[in-house]
Amino acid sequence: MPVFNQSRGGIIKIIFAAVFLVIAGQLVNLQLFSVKYKLAAENNAIFRKVIYPDRGIIFDRKRKAILENTISYDLVVIPSEAKGVDTASLCNLLNIDTAEYKHRMREIIFKTGSVRIGVFEPILSPEMFARLNENIYKFPGFSLTERSVRSYPYSIAAHVLGYVAEVDTTFLRKHKDEGYLMGDYAGLTGLERSYEKVLMGQRGVKNYIRDNKSRIQGSYENGIYDTAAVAGKNIHTSLDVELQKLGEQLMTNKVGSIVAIDPKTGGILCMVSAPTYDPNYLTGSQRRKHFAELFLDPRKIFNNRGIGTYYSPGSTFKTVVGIVGLTEGVIDERTSVTCPGFFTGCGTGKPKCLDKGTFQFKEAVAHSDNSYFSTVFKRTLDQPRYHGADSALTVFNSYATTFGLGHKLGVDLPAEQKGILPVSSFYRKLFGPRWYSCNIISNAIGQGEVNTTLAQLANVMAIIANKGWYYTPHVVDSIEGGDDNDMLAAFHEKHYTDKRIPDSIFDAVQDGMQAVVDYGTAVRSRIPDIVVCGKTGTVQNSAKINGHMVPQQDHSFFGAFAPRDNPKIAIAVICENAGQGAWAAAPIASLLIEKYLRDSIKGKERQDMLEEFTKKNLIPQRYRLEMAKRDSLKQIKEAQLLLQQRMSREANDSAEAEENTEQEVKPAPAPAAPLPPKKKTGSPAALIIDDKKNKKNYKIG
Amino acid sequence: MNNRNNNISAGVDWTIIWLYAILVSIGILCIFMVEYRTDTNWLQTFLGGKTNYSKQLIFAGVCTIAATFILLTDSKLFTALANLLYAFGILLMLATFVLGKNINGSKSWIPLGGGFNLQPAELCKIFTALALAKFLSRQETDFSKLRSQLIAGAIAITPAILSIGQHELGLALVYSSFLVAMYREGLPAQILIFGSSFAVLVIATLVVEPNILAVTLTVIAAIILFLVRKQNKKNKRALVLIVGIWLFCVGTQRFGVPYIFNNVFECYQSTRIYSMVGKEYDCSKNKKSEKKTGEKAAHKPDDYNVRQSKIAIGSGGLTGRGFLKGTQTRGKYVPAQPTDFIFTSLGEAFGFVGCAIFLGIYLFLLYRIVKIAERQRSTFSRVYAYSVASIIFFHIAVNVSMTIGLFPIVGIPLPLISYGGSSLLTFTILIFILLRLDADRQMVLR
Repeated sequence: MPVFNQSRGGIIKIIFAAVFLVIAGQLVNLQLFSVKYKLAAENNAIFRKVIYPDRGIIFDRKRKAILENTISYDLVVIPSEAKGVDTASLCNLLNIDTAEYKHRMREIIFKTGSVRIGVFEPILSPEMFARLNENIYKFPGFSLTERSVRSYPYSIAAHVLGYVAEVDTTFLRKHKDEGYLMGDYAGLTGLERSYEKVLMGQRGVKNYIRDNKSRIQGSYENGIYDTAAVAGKNIHTSLDVELQKLGEQLMTNKVGSIVAIDPKTGGILCMVSAPTYDPNYLTGSQRRKHFAELFLDPRKIFNNRGIGTYYSPGSTFKTVVGIVGLTEGVIDERTSVTCPGFFTGCGTGKPKCLDKGTFQFKEAVAHSDNSYFSTVFKRTLDQPRYHGADSALTVFNSYATTFGLGHKLGVDLPAEQKGILPVSSFYRKLFGPRWYSCNIISNAIGQGEVNTTLAQLANVMAIIANKGWYYTPHVVDSIEGGDDNDMLAAFHEKHYTDKRIPDSIFDAVQDGMQAVVDYGTAVRSRIPDIVVCGKTGTVQNSAKINGHMVPQQDHSFFGAFAPRDNPKIAIAVICENAGQGAWAAAPIASLLIEKYLRDSIKGKERQDMLEEFTKKNLIPQRYRLEMAKRDSLKQIKEAQLLLQQRMSREANDSAEAEENTEQEVKPAPAPAAPLPPKKKTGSPAALIIDDKKNKKNYKIG
Repeated sequence: MNNRNNNISAGVDWTIIWLYAILVSIGILCIFMVEYRTDTNWLQTFLGGKTNYSKQLIFAGVCTIAATFILLTDSKLFTALANLLYAFGILLMLATFVLGKNINGSKSWIPLGGGFNLQPAELCKIFTALALAKFLSRQETDFSKLRSQLIAGAIAITPAILSIGQHELGLALVYSSFLVAMYREGLPAQILIFGSSFAVLVIATLVVEPNILAVTLTVIAAIILFLVRKQNKKNKRALVLIVGIWLFCVGTQRFGVPYIFNNVFECYQSTRIYSMVGKEYDCSKNKKSEKKTGEKAAHKPDDYNVRQSKIAIGSGGLTGRGFLKGTQTRGKYVPAQPTDFIFTSLGEAFGFVGCAIFLGIYLFLLYRIVKIAERQRSTFSRVYAYSVASIIFFHIAVNVSMTIGLFPIVGIPLPLISYGGSSLLTFTILIFILLRLDADRQMVLR
């Protein structure tokens, strides 16, 4: 017996132990020191599904939902799994060609990668959904997912409410740390944008286990790592659906804007910017096409003219001039000025006045006498105690600033403009260091360099109604579940006008404004049994047409509040190029006031007025021309498109060729491409330049 | 084991039986983890006989009966029948070439009917162990002689060659574990050293660039020549030896290993081995795949198996993800998980701690068998015991190593754990024959 080999038993044990140690060593390496395997396992097996909460609903002051959600379906695809799909039959269902299919697939892979879900066709129409739902099993990798889509039940207030759209790279770069992903939607304009944080809610994440073929096996760890989606908060606005609707009705076929404010709270009752559009137009699957169409309208439809455009305020500005003059003591209520047909103070014969005669303050307001307010303005600036126009203008501006002019009011809507309140340094540049009151006399009647937005004008009306204070005009009254981000705090702060202005002066101005409606310029717009205080404005302007400044029909302005005691609504209306203030803006304002105070328009005369102004087409001539030009161009292009499509089909060209021609010929492909929000923010800017040009060329007296 | 009879339980090593029972239970549990579906009633499926864990339970029952029978036999039977059984085993393996059924690309199964298949190569391990023990325990065998060593080697190698013929590389490799038993009986240590050096050379060939390796080997040879230059002057034999070894190494590395990979191995085997060390194997060089190009066109070079297996084990961390909570296992990411990759489910669910305990049980079992081996009076029992220990050891080492990326993937089951009746039965018989022999250790066997 070879017992001498006994020691080898020990060696064998050592070999066993050594190999086990090597194995244990590798286990330590794998299990204790390599984090990547754990990550790899999670990437393998855990499918994180982002749960999008419903966006918050927006209500009007009477708790009617004006912006809510409906369910729609998207056709989504995971490109890596969509192999062997019967492309032809899918394209048939979707009414697209295979080139388009390939194009979209490439785009999805480029945007989200090939293993993540990408949207192939967003927001399917109900018929399309039904058709696809029956056949979806034939297309591996494709599925239908529910999506909540914004809907506007009243189809109103497009500018105020705004819209949501897919975020683009610029947006993502700006909001890097807010968790947006490519393909997400975010509010880009209006309330949707300014209250995005509140409305969007909190996205949730659900963790699922999936197997090696990406099939969902069930929830991961019974969902302890899931986070629930928190629905967006609902917000309550001060808007009045009925008033907004009537405003939009009255502004059909007009260019202009209406802003109505509750003077007691600063809550905006309605904000119309004409021309407007049906906001539902921008929610469906045709969104891109519609967007392009609206975007190319020469009237700059996406600009909210209530806050995004500033105008010369015209005679409505006389109220402010009057208040400053009375406060400074350069006139009193009994001061009278005679107008022989033009202002005599500067010897230039300008500005002219329509009603010849001698007026005291009240009558001057009632008849909007240019000479009277030129005198007031001149006297204010010429006061010896200020030693020169520079400091006197600064004093004047300090009053005007407290009326909310020359700076952004802080309305809770994006793209608000601040208007212009020119300062002395500006005039020094313009007229030299020795400029004096007559240089800027047009400002007295709101035709100079002073520019205001319509919201500022409405706010001035509210201030006069309140006799010296206002809350910043705002749309949102309250946020359900609390205002966690202090977004509304600024709207609870009372702002006062200059302390030197006593109530009696406001009474005097109100007297004058009441007279405007009772027997003055706006007498036609008198509402029986309601004491309305108002002020008309007729603003001369010109526009650049073919490179020349051409004088245009006057802008029609009206600012008002009512009732005089216990004012409930302050309103400003502009109707571009509609003539005198009393012709268009004043009647529209009066109808809205009556509607708001009485819930209805009473009397046959008033009903006729309503009908008349609803039907009136006051679209300025230059816009009409441009629109007609565009339409005819579109027709030609469409004809060309048809022709080319037919030709390419006949030539049996490759699919790509067809794709290209389509892109060339489509009337509006560029903005429809992936950058709609950028284009959007660009649009008001373009407009301002335009409008500025318009205003620069007013006629000085 | 339920059949507790004083006669058969006398002298039986209960520690081994307990370890055996624990390991089989762990095995069934692991298979259960792999196959478990949340929406099923586990008790029902356990008794249903349709799922793999249920089948394994049945196999365990069959094995219990087999074990009882073995304990009831006389240990003399094994010595008497050893050669006969070996002959029978070889015959069965030869028969496989005729009757064989193709399962997973290896034609090593004989269908038994009723959905059960027999893998003769598995059973042949037992017969080879017995035959080797029988040969070495012969009085006339002098194992220090080369002739005896060659005969012993032939006994072990014959079934291995047949296994390669059946495309079962893993099973063939198992027969190399008999070297351990032979080493214990006096096989020169040089052979083991030479063998392991050769293995290192082969692996180096795979990992290192051929030319760099050739240069390295030449440099090493030159350094050794330089160091022993004085002896060289006196003794020319050392010089010849060193040059001979150098020539052999370079030859193996430049021609031998590529020849084996291109001509002996299947394309998929070469690919697996190469992917194991992180390299791609060019199947166009493979002669075998050339012959049947239409059949297996494009086997993509893929280390998916190892990667998923490593992910599963690695994701276990220190304490594991918990029973039935492994995502890799539930998602079926690891291929062949109930059989060859069963260790991954354990690693994922119970982590390093679980793996360490598990390997501890195995090591304890091995040491126990070695201890039993050393207390045998008869050479037959001792050789057999060492054979059992080394077979089990080899299975564990290769199987676990391949799941954690230390060894190329070859189809070798984890003893007593992996799903499969043949494998479970083989190890049961191996172990219980040992127990029977051990119980009769007082008897002198030939």
